[in-house]
This record gives sequence, C-alpha cells and structure tokens, in this order.
Amino acid sequence: MNIHGIRAIYRFEMARTFRTLMQSIASPVLSTSLYFIVFGAAIGSRMGEIDGTSYGAFIIPGLIMLSLLNESISNASFGIYMPKWAGTIYELLSAPVSWVEVLLGYVGAAATKSVMLGLLILITARFFVAYEIAHPIWMFAFLVLTSVTFSLFGFIIGLWADDFQKLQVIPLMVVTPLTFLGGAFYSISMLPPLWQKITLFNPVVYLISGFRWSFYGHADVHIAVSTGMTLGFLAICLAIVSWIFRTGWKLRS
Amino acid sequence: MSHSAPPVPDAAASDAIVSIRNLGKTYAGGFEALRDINLDIRRGEILALLGPNGAGKTTLISIICGIVNATRGTVYADGHDIRHDYRAARAAIGLVPQELHTDAFESVMATLKFSRGLFGRPPNPAHLEKVLRDLSLWDKRNAKIMTLSGGMKRRVLIAKALSHEPKILFLDEPSAGVDVELRHDMWQMVRQLRESGTTIILTTHYIEEAEEMADRIGVINKGALIVVEDKAVLMRKLGKKQLTLSLQQAMERIPEGLAGLPLELSEDGLTLVYTFDTQSEETGIAGLLRRLGEQGIDFKDLRSSESSLEEIFVNLVRKPKGNPA
Repeated sequence: MNIHGIRAIYRFEMARTFRTLMQSIASPVLSTSLYFIVFGAAIGSRMGEIDGTSYGAFIIPGLIMLSLLNESISNASFGIYMPKWAGTIYELLSAPVSWVEVLLGYVGAAATKSVMLGLLILITARFFVAYEIAHPIWMFAFLVLTSVTFSLFGFIIGLWADDFQKLQVIPLMVVTPLTFLGGAFYSISMLPPLWQKITLFNPVVYLISGFRWSFYGHADVHIAVSTGMTLGFLAICLAIVSWIFRTGWKLRS
Repeated sequence: MSHSAPPVPDAAASDAIVSIRNLGKTYAGGFEALRDINLDIRRGEILALLGPNGAGKTTLISIICGIVNATRGTVYADGHDIRHDYRAARAAIGLVPQELHTDAFESVMATLKFSRGLFGRPPNPAHLEKVLRDLSLWDKRNAKIMTLSGGMKRRVLIAKALSHEPKILFLDEPSAGVDVELRHDMWQMVRQLRESGTTIILTTHYIEEAEEMADRIGVINKGALIVVEDKAVLMRKLGKKQLTLSLQQAMERIPEGLAGLPLELSEDGLTLVYTFDTQSEETGIAGLLRRLGEQGIDFKDLRSSESSLEEIFVNLVRKPKGNPA
C-alpha cells in the first residue's frame, strides 16, 4: 500500500480546508446556528414536545445531518473536481496509487472535515438548546459513517461533473430537499399514513432517524434498519467508485 | 532512397528501459490516434519524438504514463507491465505535461512534497532542495505558484516530475512558451540528468531542440512511428548535400552533355544545384566539374550545404508511410 501517497493526498486536502476556514467551517456553523436561534430558541419555545423531547433539542440531530450531508458532498466533490478542472489530475492518474488509496486520501480528508464540522455544530448548539446524548459512541459512529458515506457520494459527483453547475445540482436539487423532507424538523409519525409510507423511500430518513436515536434513544425507524441502509448506501458508492477507476470512466480516455 | 517502417524491436533487449509492442489507440469516436507502435527506448538515452500536431506523440506518452488507456498492445517501463504492475512502472516515471497544469494556490515546496509523497517516496528535504536549486527555484520555494511567471511554472512542473527521483523522464513540449535563456538552461539541466543516468524522452516542435540534445530521433506521423534512428545516422541516411554553382552566364536549359546528373537549374538560369548522396564514397563532384569544363560552362562561385534535421523531418512527414525518404 502506498502510505506516502495516501498521506500526501490527505494533507493536501486538509491544507485546502484550513486555507478556506471561513468558507468550509465558519460559514456552515454560522448558518446552522441561525437555524437553532430561529427554530430552536424562538419558534421552538412555542412548539410542544416530540416524543418527550423539546422541539429545540429534537431538531439538533436533523440540523447536524443537514450540514453534514451538504458539506461532505461539497468537500469531496470539490476535492476531486478541482484537479480535473485545473488539469492537475494528470499527476494523480500517472501516480502509483490504487483507487482505494485515492479514496482514503480524498474521502478521508472530506470526512474528517465533516466530522469536525458536526462536532463544532454540536458544541455550538449547546449555547442555544439544552440536550443530552443517550449513546455517545453510537452518535460518533453515526457521525463518522454518514460523513464517510456522503463524502464517497460527493466524490462520485465530483468524478461525474464536467462543469460547476453539475457539481452543485445534486446537493441543491436532490440532497437538500430530501433532508428537509427526511424528518430534520419533524418526526415522520406526524405525517399522514400515506406520506409516512412514501417518506420511507427517502434514504435520508434512515440517517436522521438513526442519528436521533443515538441522542434520545427513540426514532422513527429501528436503529438496525438505519445502520443497514446507511451501510448499504456506502457499499453502493464503493462499488460505483471501483467501477469508475476500473473502467476509467470520465477519468481516462 | 527508401526507408521501411522500424522493425519490431528485440523484446529481450537488455538496455531497453521502455519497451512498446504493437501499441494502438482508437478513441471512442473511432479516431485511430496510434497504429502498431513498436519501440525500445534505451536506458540512459535522450530520445526526441518529433511529429506534426495531432500525430500521436502526446497520446503515446500519456499511455506510457497511465493517463490514457491503450486499445491494444503492451508497454513495459523499467521491466514492469504498465497495466498489471502499474505501481512499479509508474514509480519509475516522471512526467512534465505540455500544458501548465499547476495547483495555483499551493506554494512551490508544498506542491513538490505532494508529488514526492504521491509517488510513494518518503520525505527527503535535501533532494527537494537540490531539485529546486538546480532549477533556480530555491528562492521561490515559499511563493504561491499563481504568482510565478509562465517560465517559472514550467520549472515547477519539471521539479515536480523530478521530486520522486524517476529513472525515466517524459518532457512533453518542454520549451513551449519558454524564453531562449530558460530553454538553454533547460537543455543544460536535461544533459545533467542524462549524465546522472536518467532516461529522457521529449517531444518537441523545436527541431533545433532535438538536434541539440537527442541521441536518437523518432518521428511519428498520423499515429505511426515512421522512423526511429540515431540522430547522426538519420541525418546521414536521410539528409542530402547540395553543391550550388553561381554561373558566369545564364543558361536556358541544362545542356545535353550534363544529362543524367542530379542537377537543377534556377529560373533565372544563373544557378545550378547539384544534389549528391551523403552516404556514398563517391560524391561525383570531380566528374561534374570536369564535364562543366568540357561544356565550356564557367562559374564564379560554388558552395556546399547539408540538410538540417528540420528539412529531413519535413520530408519524412510529407511522404507517404513506408517511403519516407
């Protein structure tokens, strides 16, 4: 295994993160804080409890997921798209690195950044809302698993995209709506029965539900199902990336 | 003179650091960029690949380096199959691309460290310092690449390619957009690299560059390697010498007594050009001068000239394949 290669990519990507701290960390933390102020502290105080949890505390896992999904996709897609756009991808393609090593570097860095962001938002939330974490190890595991899975998904988007618009279209047009409709701000048990069934086709429901379980010990979907669905999505993403590197699709002519 | 396509090289050639066999590339649209390329690149040599735009030079380099997939054929680099044993093959290769693709926001030193690590080599500050000093980049080591001139960026790309101490260095149009001084510096550096044992393959549009540096010349045209030869041999075999005579009096046509000789008369009838074989022991000049005297043709000046590599190259790519000379 090319450990030096993995480390080089990882450090390169993390350096990019720290070069753009305002954009990559401060901005999502600020926007999520606004959600806490509006939905948690202001509107939340007028809302009733959901499954015995205050509304302000209830939305914390969903809001973290909202940022986590978008930032994971954005970090990883931008990380691999930029070398394609700038032409520096030639070096990666001509280097003695396997697709697994490339993934460990790029996706590892993107996921690290997302985990840092998730933890920062969690700490920030404490300033606005009181909450407890019932299963902290599970919470952290879900944070890492989701960051890795959606960084992997973002990496695929970055490989697929051949212009900046395509880079943005999936996060904006698909992921954000799915997150808003995936129970970030409500429990799916609050929906009419038909919509409850339709919502189960939304993969983000399982992420938010599993993450919320780690906080409060109860969720819309069983934790095993949530974990299974997330791992399943991870496996699909891995298979796609493996296929892309094996065939050279969008990478090698 | 006829010159057949290069024969399939001996696979067991012990001095070959890159061995290419029956290599072909057909792009998705059906365009055949490379056709049946067979080539052995000798360890430690400087090979210049010449060819017009779109001839297939960059495609060939890109396949060897792993950027483009070959449609058929095999390539071995430093004894390793570039597909099945790609790690070892690629670790031996450094590539300086034609375009100035750089990480604009990175510093020079950071991008070199990245390149070295990417190619699986542990940190070696002393080596990176040497590379930067050799390329007159040491003072710029902390500068962001975006602040450098085009020539400096070209040096950075060379430094990146050398950062992992490759045995084989590909320089794809290294002099494109580079001023004369930097070009000469680069030639000097390339010679030093060769002396240290690095094999260098360069593509260039500057025939002067190939003539100045290369040990061997390969010419690619329309995807086929139409000739690969030692530079001196190529110039001797495919070059021609000419004797130009300035006549005292204009002639309307070449006299009957000089028929059969390779002579050309200028339009104004005042210059006679005699072309002779550079490989032949007997140039025929003495016979020509004797026959001129017999015909009573006086001349006031004569001078001889030899084909440049540029003329040889132009001749090669204009002629149909299999009859390059």
